[in-house]
Amino acid sequence: MTLTSLAFYLFASVSVASAFMVIAARNPVYSVLFLILTFFNSAGLFILMGAEFLALILVVVYVGAVAVLFLFVVMMLDIDFAELSEGFLQYLPIGATVGLILLLELLLVFGASSRLADSNPLPRATPEGMTNAEALGRVLYTDHIYYFQAAGAILLVAMIGAIVLTLVKSNNPRRQNIAEQNARTKEDGVALVDVKPGQGL
Amino acid sequence: MDNLFFDTYIWPLLLVTAHSLAIILVLLVSLAFFMYADRKIWAAVQLRRGPNVVGPFGLLQSFADILKYLFKEVIIPTTANKPIFLLAPFVTMFLALSAWAVIPVNEGWAVAEINVGILYIFAISSLGVYGVIMGGWASNSKYPFLGALRSAAQMVSYEVSIGLVIITVLLCVGSLNLTDIVLAQKTVWFAVPLFPMFVVFFISALAETNRPPFDLPEAESELVAGFMTEYSSTPYVIFMIGELANIILMCAMTTILFLGGWLPPVDIMPFNLVPGVVWFVLKICFVFFMFAMVKAMVPRYRYDQLMRLGWKVFLPLSLIWVVLTAAFLQFTGMAS
Repeated sequence: MTLTSLAFYLFASVSVASAFMVIAARNPVYSVLFLILTFFNSAGLFILMGAEFLALILVVVYVGAVAVLFLFVVMMLDIDFAELSEGFLQYLPIGATVGLILLLELLLVFGASSRLADSNPLPRATPEGMTNAEALGRVLYTDHIYYFQAAGAILLVAMIGAIVLTLVKSNNPRRQNIAEQNARTKEDGVALVDVKPGQGL
Repeated sequence: MDNLFFDTYIWPLLLVTAHSLAIILVLLVSLAFFMYADRKIWAAVQLRRGPNVVGPFGLLQSFADILKYLFKEVIIPTTANKPIFLLAPFVTMFLALSAWAVIPVNEGWAVAEINVGILYIFAISSLGVYGVIMGGWASNSKYPFLGALRSAAQMVSYEVSIGLVIITVLLCVGSLNLTDIVLAQKTVWFAVPLFPMFVVFFISALAETNRPPFDLPEAESELVAGFMTEYSSTPYVIFMIGELANIILMCAMTTILFLGGWLPPVDIMPFNLVPGVVWFVLKICFVFFMFAMVKAMVPRYRYDQLMRLGWKVFLPLSLIWVVLTAAFLQFTGMAS
């Protein structure tokens, strides 16, 4: 039992347990917090495999941005927690079936790849003498540049779509023209008026 | 066998623990003096005296404050979510302190010199928002919640421009290692060729750490004390330590990315005799002085102005600068 395998079992067990708590917790805010714990432990597993770039990107993107938005939304919802967790047992058979199918598939893949590994051992995560980020960049921006650009374009379209869907057209859009505001001078904004008594403006 | 086990596992562990403890101790003590300096500078700008009673020149004021907070009763609102309410300040402090593990204060002086150091710091600082959100939500009160929502939006927005500024620097260095970033500034500090990015990074750092003029999450004229409203005594002081440690971390980041880390300003006789740590600390103090001066001189931003600055000014500016830098490096053949 080396230190690495000890760390692996720690990260793996905590991530499985917290992943279970994501669906078992009654309070959705707890669920999101457990989700964050799961992400963290997965990042730890990535580091153990020598993929430190992926691990930190996982933390930056999923924990630092996506989970913040989840938390943002979940906190503002007004949910009846008891009602939400009522149907939990009802859906257990469906969830168990899906889980079982996934497990079988993974076992099949594992079995096939381990048979292959006997004849030709799995390559290392990164080529010798190259950091993670460099190795990823060399593949991503050369061989797979079109897929990479396509993924970026799809994300851009999705973002524009979300903005268009939520854009409310009103007759009185309270838009401000910053340049115009900054260009205002004392002469434009203030007028000195000599008001006669009893007359008003 | 026993000896081997000790040599491979126990001894490195002890060494790393001692190193980390030393850094945390130095950091915590220096935080007290940074707090004092902040108040003194603020007072000087406003022609006040500032703290001047406890100890000579009031130097021990921060320690008196910390002791006062620690001995007060912890008050937790009855409707608050207790575990998360108490977890929030610890998350803030733990994250702020753990980022210091990779900061190189001198050549080879970091606790962990990892290849993706800058990414690690970016990841840790992007998690800082959780302490604020959790604290605001768990307080179960209106003002803390509004403060938490504001800060979540603010910190996530400014992280985008900070990320792009970091990318600009990384393009010039060609490595994610913090030591390499400092060593790449041997000829000229990045603050000179990348001056606009230096300004963007400085202002984004102010927004990221909720410092004035971007302290909207705790704007006392609108939200009492924002997400900290319900906090008192020890949890409050832990929040404060976390925030201050984050500010010093941002000063250290500015130093490493733009002001040449531990390198002397010019590599000639009297300057390069001074040890690197001294330069590093001096530069951090200089950046912190600028942070304090901004606090003293600039009025607080309106929330829509803050968002406009982040998304409509800094984001396009830093994006254009990334493209320009990449093009420059490519066409002059300076890309590594």
